[in-house]
Amino acid sequence: MRHATRVLRSEWTKLRSVRATRWTLIAAVLITAGLSALICVFTRADFDNMSRRSQATFDATYVSFTGMGIGQLAMMAFGVLVVSAEYSTGMIRSSLSAVPQRGLFLVCKVAVATGLVFVVGQITGFGTFYLGQWLLGSHSVGITEPGVLRAVVGAGLYMTLIGLFAMGLTFVLRSPVVSFIVLMPFFFIVSGILSSVGATQKIAHYLPDQAGTTIMAVVPQTLDRPYGPWGGLLIMVGWTAAALVAGYFVLRERDA
Amino acid sequence: MIELLGLTKHYGEKKAVEDLTFTVRPGKVTGFLGPNGAGKSTTMRMMLGLDKPTAGDVRIDGMHYRDLKEPLSYIGALLEAKSLHPGRTAYHHLLCLAQSNGLPERRIDEALEMVGLSAVARKRPRSFSLGMGQRLGIAAAMLGDPRILMFDEPVNGLDPEGIRWIRNLMKHLADEGRTVFVSSHLMSEMALTADHLVVIGRGRLMADTEMSDFISSNSRTYVRIRTPEPERMRDLLTSNGLTYVAAEDGSLEVEGDETARIGDLAAQWRLPLHELSPQRASLEDAFMRLTAETVEYHAHSGDQPETEQEPAERWGRGFPGRGGEGS
Repeated sequence: MRHATRVLRSEWTKLRSVRATRWTLIAAVLITAGLSALICVFTRADFDNMSRRSQATFDATYVSFTGMGIGQLAMMAFGVLVVSAEYSTGMIRSSLSAVPQRGLFLVCKVAVATGLVFVVGQITGFGTFYLGQWLLGSHSVGITEPGVLRAVVGAGLYMTLIGLFAMGLTFVLRSPVVSFIVLMPFFFIVSGILSSVGATQKIAHYLPDQAGTTIMAVVPQTLDRPYGPWGGLLIMVGWTAAALVAGYFVLRERDA
Repeated sequence: MIELLGLTKHYGEKKAVEDLTFTVRPGKVTGFLGPNGAGKSTTMRMMLGLDKPTAGDVRIDGMHYRDLKEPLSYIGALLEAKSLHPGRTAYHHLLCLAQSNGLPERRIDEALEMVGLSAVARKRPRSFSLGMGQRLGIAAAMLGDPRILMFDEPVNGLDPEGIRWIRNLMKHLADEGRTVFVSSHLMSEMALTADHLVVIGRGRLMADTEMSDFISSNSRTYVRIRTPEPERMRDLLTSNGLTYVAAEDGSLEVEGDETARIGDLAAQWRLPLHELSPQRASLEDAFMRLTAETVEYHAHSGDQPETEQEPAERWGRGFPGRGGEGS
């Protein structure tokens, strides 16, 4: 345990001593909150023109997190860079010379980064929610209403999992460019194409982002899914775990 | 002490390192010599547990590297390739390494002081010169005050002052009783620093010997003679029991250090001489002879595809006698 504590401290030093950490996380908060706020403003202005049905099933919580679709990009960038910087700079050789127990190295690095991302995710979640509700005015919901707190905490968890997924995948792929090339289409193109065609829509529901976002919905009609909010998050946890396990095996077997 | 036992590394069909067995002992500088692409860096990475051997074993003071909880206190290494984040300050680079091995923070200042980088401790290595980067790498290697030190081509690209500094440092560390293992593709560099010599060519062990033995058994001495009357000189040498070899340029070469005797004989028989000079074959020649058949005809840089190269590139630009400028 003493050994793990040392490696955790070391990884925390690494994390806080490079600029990329600060900028990607600040970007994640600002983009998510900013875009969400903008959409809340437009929605409020447009609310009276919406169909009666849409008004009846209006999900004020979910709408206030719309910006996360783009904000998660910055979180992905954080996850990718935390890991890929080791490889692209050659730091990995110093790191593994100092901590040759590769499993411990991975767990400590991921744990420290996840801790930080969790805090930033919760700040983003609550911040974005309150800002969005304030801007929605009379159409807003309160945090005490059923399911809302779960959705807000879930938004932060979603962001955390995005970062973790990116970390695991980058341990497999190592290169920042390749990692982005794989992540981007996965989240923005494949997910979009599959869900736009009726036949493949059901498959798309099991992609990490589509499954994960269910946690942010409060009104059941917002997302028509065969699983509930926690079920959706669990699917995303599964993806993340798979990426991390794959990352561990690649790290263990391949030359540094 | 570092022990290698049948260490082997294959990349697919390519045999980068083949059945290396030798021991690096404390108290002296052991030079690890071989042409570029001979497998030196691969061997060193395997010693540090960074690359997995295809077969064989490496032990650090009897232990496997992966079992060391505080490896920086056992072995410090400066690898040829850069091994640091250019955006992390020198201080923080050393801090994260020190923390992972439970080393006290004062070691950071001591290490920076030792390599003369205290003034730039809070600077990012992005702005460092090659020499400063090299010094930071050495500070990292010295962080845990290890008994074993490993340097991969430490003088590459350094200015003369930096080269002298590193040479002195290695000798000093060995004098303190530490194990010092240093690689180079330059025989001249090894001749200046190493007490013991391990030579590899194409991943195979070519020699494992004391430097002094290598010098005495490999440096041939002979006398070169030039004369306008070579026929008479040959007869004179033969009749006095001296064997000679006719060189391509028309000169004669007599094995051994017989300069005075040949001079006396020539004077006695009134034979004009244009040159009478003692010669010593260089250690480079010996090294080249040793590894001549094994010179790797491929570029060696990890996973890159193999390409044909000119001899000067194969041997490195600094290799004397091969179109390089020496060092």
